[in-house]
Amino acid sequence: MSVVVARGLTKRFGEFEAVRGVDVEVRERECFGFLGPNGAGKTTTMRMISCTSPPTDGELSVLGLPSSRGRDIRRRMGVVPQENNLDEEVSVVENLLIYARYFDIPRRVAAPAAEELLRFVALQDKRDWRIDRLSGGMKRRLLIARALINEPELLILDEPTTGLDPQARHLVWEKLRSLKREGVTLVLTTHYMDEAAQLCDRLVIMHEGRILIEGPPRELVARETSPQVIEVFEPDEDAARGLRDLADLAERVERLADRWLFYTADGDALLAKVRGVVPDPGSVWLRGATLEDVFLQLTGRGLLE
Amino acid sequence: MSASTTTVTRAPRTPLVRIPDVRLRSAWRLWQRNAAIYRKTYRVNILPNFFEPFFYLLAMGIGLGAFLEREVLGFEYIDYIAPGLAATAAMYGTSFEVTFNCFVKMQFGKVYDAAMATPLTIEDVGLGELLWGTTRALIYGQVFVLIAAGFGVVHTPLVIFTPIAIALIGMMFSVIGLTFTAIIPLIDYFTYYWTLFITPMFLFSGIFFPVSGLPGWAQVLAWFMPLHHSVNLMRALTLTGDVGGAILAAAWIVGITALLFVFPLNLLRRRLVK
Ligand SMILES: Nc1ncnc2c1ncn2[C@@H]1O[C@H](COP(=O)(O)OP(=O)(O)O)[C@@H](O)[C@H]1O
Ligand SMILES: [Mg+2]
Repeated sequence: MSVVVARGLTKRFGEFEAVRGVDVEVRERECFGFLGPNGAGKTTTMRMISCTSPPTDGELSVLGLPSSRGRDIRRRMGVVPQENNLDEEVSVVENLLIYARYFDIPRRVAAPAAEELLRFVALQDKRDWRIDRLSGGMKRRLLIARALINEPELLILDEPTTGLDPQARHLVWEKLRSLKREGVTLVLTTHYMDEAAQLCDRLVIMHEGRILIEGPPRELVARETSPQVIEVFEPDEDAARGLRDLADLAERVERLADRWLFYTADGDALLAKVRGVVPDPGSVWLRGATLEDVFLQLTGRGLLE
Repeated sequence: MSASTTTVTRAPRTPLVRIPDVRLRSAWRLWQRNAAIYRKTYRVNILPNFFEPFFYLLAMGIGLGAFLEREVLGFEYIDYIAPGLAATAAMYGTSFEVTFNCFVKMQFGKVYDAAMATPLTIEDVGLGELLWGTTRALIYGQVFVLIAAGFGVVHTPLVIFTPIAIALIGMMFSVIGLTFTAIIPLIDYFTYYWTLFITPMFLFSGIFFPVSGLPGWAQVLAWFMPLHHSVNLMRALTLTGDVGGAILAAAWIVGITALLFVFPLNLLRRRLVK
């Protein structure tokens, strides 16, 4: 069964079209990602899927119900918002208990569930802390715990790791992976390519309200771009002239503000030639292609502005 | 799958008059949230709100009252002003809540966004706030009545109906205040609510002197003031025992509340469900 089905999903704010006819289908127990730069329409799409914002046009069903049945859908779903909206006046554990009430979960069920969830997100030692004492990473984890209080079948996470330090990110990733193992369907947005590649079974790349491409991350990279990339950092005039002559040897060349990218199937051969033009070894390197290269190819500009 | 999908056409702007998508149990959940947080903070919250009308009772009732002949109004001055101050306590009890507090929760704390990601709708949230505001009015108004009773200001057995009266007054001011909150773009606009609405009502609703002493146009204006009818209701139930007057005032309050009731809920939807 498909957990989310959207056809021609559209959202307009006045004249402005933030989401322009999105088609997606999220399957049960998978982790599905929306990758895209700021302003792509990810949050707007998440808000429609989480039934807090009615679509302007198109078809949308979530958990087998039409999106107009918001109450019934939201009861079975968890949402981790992009912006922290914890109750600042009360403690960590009370945040979970207050939220549990919204789902009509009786106290005798909610109290042990809250303790277990705090253990799950490694906040059991902070259970009596006020929210303003928590770090950004702890707040994120608490938001995740709160979204799980109703044992949701579908968990929606809007930029779950934006602004977190590397350790905190990895902790969040680990929790998301274990939720997936437990059978929760995950839908997340991110503008980190590595996050999408690490977590998502399938993803879409979104740009200016549209879906550019869809598929499993590795497949997308293999399908849409050459496997290897040579980056040349800030070549001078002479080097640039030499590089232009090499352009024909690459499958594709991108020029960014601060570097040139050569896409090729045979990185070693081309690398030798590039080194001949740019002798400084520190400004030339060879790497495997990533999702960012796919995005660059599709839009002609970087994913992170 | 196709059987359960649905085609949605362009969502029209939420009309102001419409039956809100509201369930009492869900609204109650929001009430419980507020109550849980109030229990944490009431020690710092209850005192300032509560003492203000009480200072008026002491200063005007006892201080100024000492210089006023009983015959001026036909009552001891403290007896005359106490019911109006009880109505004021109820009005303040909810008004701080449904204006500043709700705006902060809505705009800065994103409390309503959090609740709307659960089975609650924005209308449930709105009704929960109205019920909570009413509860606060009941606490502040009734405690005032009890303490004022200790000064001997209660002169009729109708006083047993004051909880109902205060709840009605509280709901009316909750509806009015939350409507204003749902409309204003910036928290600074509450200055208008307080200086152009609350404060003039406090002065000209017949708490400290009978409205009948004012010029005709001012009496007409007073009739449109929600606090004026609240004062009349409380005065009937604590001082004069005027059953007919009480019923008239209560009818005015219930009528205006019923008339305005759906506006804050629909305005909140218009503002927050985008
Ligand atoms: N309530 C709104 N009113 C008007 N424009 C909006 C609103 N919400 C989002 N937008 C616009 O829609 C576009 C997509 O926003 P958003 O979905 O937040 O993107 P993302 O989450 O991918 O960064 C942006 O240009 C944003 O300014
Ligand atoms: Mg966003």
